[in-house]
Amino acid sequence: MADPAIAVSGLSKRFGAVAALDAVDFHVEPGTVFGLLGPNGAGKSTAIRVLTTILPPSGGRAEVLGHDVVREPAAVRGLIGLAGQYAAVDKNLTGRENLRLIGRLTHVRHSRVRRRAAELLERFELTEAADRPARTYSGGMRRRLDVAAALVPDPPVLFLDEPTTGLDPQSRNALWDLIRRLVADGTTVLLTTQYLEEADQLASRVVVIDRGRVIADDEPALLKSHLGNTVIELDMVGGERAARAADLLRAGFEEAPQVEGPHLSLVSRDGSRPLLEVLRVLESHDLVPGTVAVREPSLDDVFLQLTGHSGGTPAAGAP
Amino acid sequence: MTGAAAGGLTHAAPQLLRTAQDGLAVAWRNLIGLRRVPRLLVFSTIQPLVFVLMFRYVFGGVVAPALHGVSYVDFLIPGIFVQTVVFGAMNTAIGLATDMQTGLMERFRSLPMARSAVLVGRTTADLVRNVFVVAMMTGVGFALGFRIHAGVPSFLGGVLLVLAFGFAMSWIFAVVGMAVGDPETAQAAAFPVLAPLVFASAAFVPVNTMPGWLQAFAVHQPVSRTADAVRVLVLGGPAASDVWQALAWDAGIVAVFAPLGVWLYRRAV
Repeated sequence: MADPAIAVSGLSKRFGAVAALDAVDFHVEPGTVFGLLGPNGAGKSTAIRVLTTILPPSGGRAEVLGHDVVREPAAVRGLIGLAGQYAAVDKNLTGRENLRLIGRLTHVRHSRVRRRAAELLERFELTEAADRPARTYSGGMRRRLDVAAALVPDPPVLFLDEPTTGLDPQSRNALWDLIRRLVADGTTVLLTTQYLEEADQLASRVVVIDRGRVIADDEPALLKSHLGNTVIELDMVGGERAARAADLLRAGFEEAPQVEGPHLSLVSRDGSRPLLEVLRVLESHDLVPGTVAVREPSLDDVFLQLTGHSGGTPAAGAP
Repeated sequence: MTGAAAGGLTHAAPQLLRTAQDGLAVAWRNLIGLRRVPRLLVFSTIQPLVFVLMFRYVFGGVVAPALHGVSYVDFLIPGIFVQTVVFGAMNTAIGLATDMQTGLMERFRSLPMARSAVLVGRTTADLVRNVFVVAMMTGVGFALGFRIHAGVPSFLGGVLLVLAFGFAMSWIFAVVGMAVGDPETAQAAAFPVLAPLVFASAAFVPVNTMPGWLQAFAVHQPVSRTADAVRVLVLGGPAASDVWQALAWDAGIVAVFAPLGVWLYRRAV
């Protein structure tokens, strides 16, 4: 096994009495996408800020390509790119000026700065808007410019903090494609996300953190297989009806149906296929549900499965 | 391994040159901002304009007899120069505090740029802004009857002294901006410090009518030292001692506040 691109062991970060990171361990293989998954406030951004030398850790170790973030921060900064949760661009500068500024500050050769900026503007479909101040950009354009800025020095390790939050599906897919291409060319990407689907699409390994602690470290496929891949939700209009329906349906599913008041949820490994059978069984017992929903598992489902409590914050959960 | 370390995309320059280049890159960014949001420049010129008119015409008549033959406008303009760059230094605090609230600062902190660059870039951009403002105030001064009495080179020396003082004051306010972290507080915190420095000084009136305890402060504080030095350079007379005192203040202020500001930047979150 090659040396890890990112190695984190026993990493802690305290803010007063609050442990934002509590003895976190993980390794990221070079040339892969690594997903750091968790609800709001789980410690994802804190982990990124420690790894990018913005915050000093309270304990433990973190290395990027063999360089310790505390003892060799300058070396680490020369190897990384960061695109944050907030589009970190200067609104008074044009798109092109923003990229040139980052080029100068990352010491890209003078002869290359101009060409590199033009290349990235083209790749992120910002050429037309390149010479307008960024304050005239839409949220999606600003986010693309932000990711482009992170790529200016062609960093071997890229940190993306919730890169697709707030993007429309088309921009999101374009960004996913871009990440895949970067990784194919050898870049290592650590991305944080609240969305299981995103981690599943991109990452070859996923660590789930909750309240600063690692609660799962697995391949996304395995994580999903623990969970099934489709959730069928039924509103049975009454708790007693829900309990009866759960008894009837128990046989057909590997995971026991979950009952919460009048709501019944089933985990299917076979997409929405069992739905017809479910409805047929329920109808024959005069238990037709009030509403039916079929959805992909959300992070909340993972949480429920792993911790027995839901992600907790209202913003966590389904995309 | 791909990228920056081995790929030849980046260049290696000596440390000191790099530090200067990083500071200039940030200064360039700040100056573009100033050009795109011209109201910042407009407001920083209106305020000294109001002051010069007010002092010239409201207080001029009262102060004139105490000046022993020097016209009040000749006495006033060097003081206005100094007052302008002192109040202008508030913009350094406001600009940095505003930056602190944006995601851009997070990015800067993750880049391999000099830790001093954000502060050097801000104080340097404010120095360039002061060049414009002082040039404009010179024009206004001439329109109101101000004249150079000791030759143009000496006058330009006075302008350089004003700019050096403005640069030193910017470093004080860079520290204020980093320490308070938001623009409204920066502005509120700055004024109570600035007002006594500017008004309990030789900037607008001779200090010899002030009570003794106040005179002791007014004579020895940097605004007065600089205003007096610039005045001598404009009006004529032996300037060396005043100029050295003013420069010593500038050097002392930068020596204390620049490292303090960089230290605050390193640990700011």
